[in-house]
Amino acid sequence: MGNNNRKRIHQLALLSILTSLALILSYVEAVLPPIFSAIPAVKLGFPNILIIFILYRMGTKEAAAVSFLRIALSALLFGNPITFIYSFAGAFLSLTVMAILKKTNLFSTVGVSIAGGILHNLGQILVAMLLLGTSEIGYYMVVLAFTGTLAGFFIGLCGAFLIRQVDI
Amino acid sequence: MTKTDGKKLKNDIIFVSVLLFVISVIGVFYFFFRGEGDTVTVTVARECYGEYALDEDRVLEIRTEHSLNTLVICDGKAYMETADCPDGICTDHRPIFRDGESIICLPNQVVVTVTAKDGEEPDIVA
Repeated sequence: MGNNNRKRIHQLALLSILTSLALILSYVEAVLPPIFSAIPAVKLGFPNILIIFILYRMGTKEAAAVSFLRIALSALLFGNPITFIYSFAGAFLSLTVMAILKKTNLFSTVGVSIAGGILHNLGQILVAMLLLGTSEIGYYMVVLAFTGTLAGFFIGLCGAFLIRQVDI
Repeated sequence: MTKTDGKKLKNDIIFVSVLLFVISVIGVFYFFFRGEGDTVTVTVARECYGEYALDEDRVLEIRTEHSLNTLVICDGKAYMETADCPDGICTDHRPIFRDGESIICLPNQVVVTVTAKDGEEPDIVA
């Protein structure tokens, strides 16, 4: 009983630290110059390195909690309700698909992360379609699928490295 | 690298290549298999703002309570001249004239779309 309690407190503290770390990473990404300034709205999504790590090392629920808190906090601190809707839709779709793909055990961490990267963009495009009431922005998805693949690849490599190296 | 790792890597590569191939095919269809349009439709925050003929040169101020975009129609093409949004991505967009092409200013919620008034919709991918 006492041991179980200690375990839960340990997990709570750990998830809190990871949440603040994710928040810091989204801030760092926001102040860094964009990577491809030619293509708007393309980001690597540093906080997702942690989300991948939590998904594999702790579980889906934990990853969802940290992801949601990070998005809510960064929208409160640096964004607005609109950025919250965009981030939330992307994160929700990408985490759902990543959790399913991870369960099938068919793909590596990098493969799962690439799917997450693409789905993240898809979620945001769908929100843009809803907010603008047009499906025309849909063909931007062609570009974003490729950049999402690259971002997912990079994030997946970093995540896989953390999963292997970091002991929690 | 163990055997299962190699198998997963293979699955990864197949999965990603198939996905990107399908998306590229859709994209190619979308970009190239459509004719020229003759009308630009402007919507602001989902509401129709107006329709303008492409063959008539004009400078159009798209003004709302808190935003201002200037659309120029010149030589049968439309482009965004100025925008008071923070990123100004729409002003970098190349001029549009094909049916279905659009310039979107996300911050100001302005969508400018080219449509073909006459003839049936050549739009293959909905």
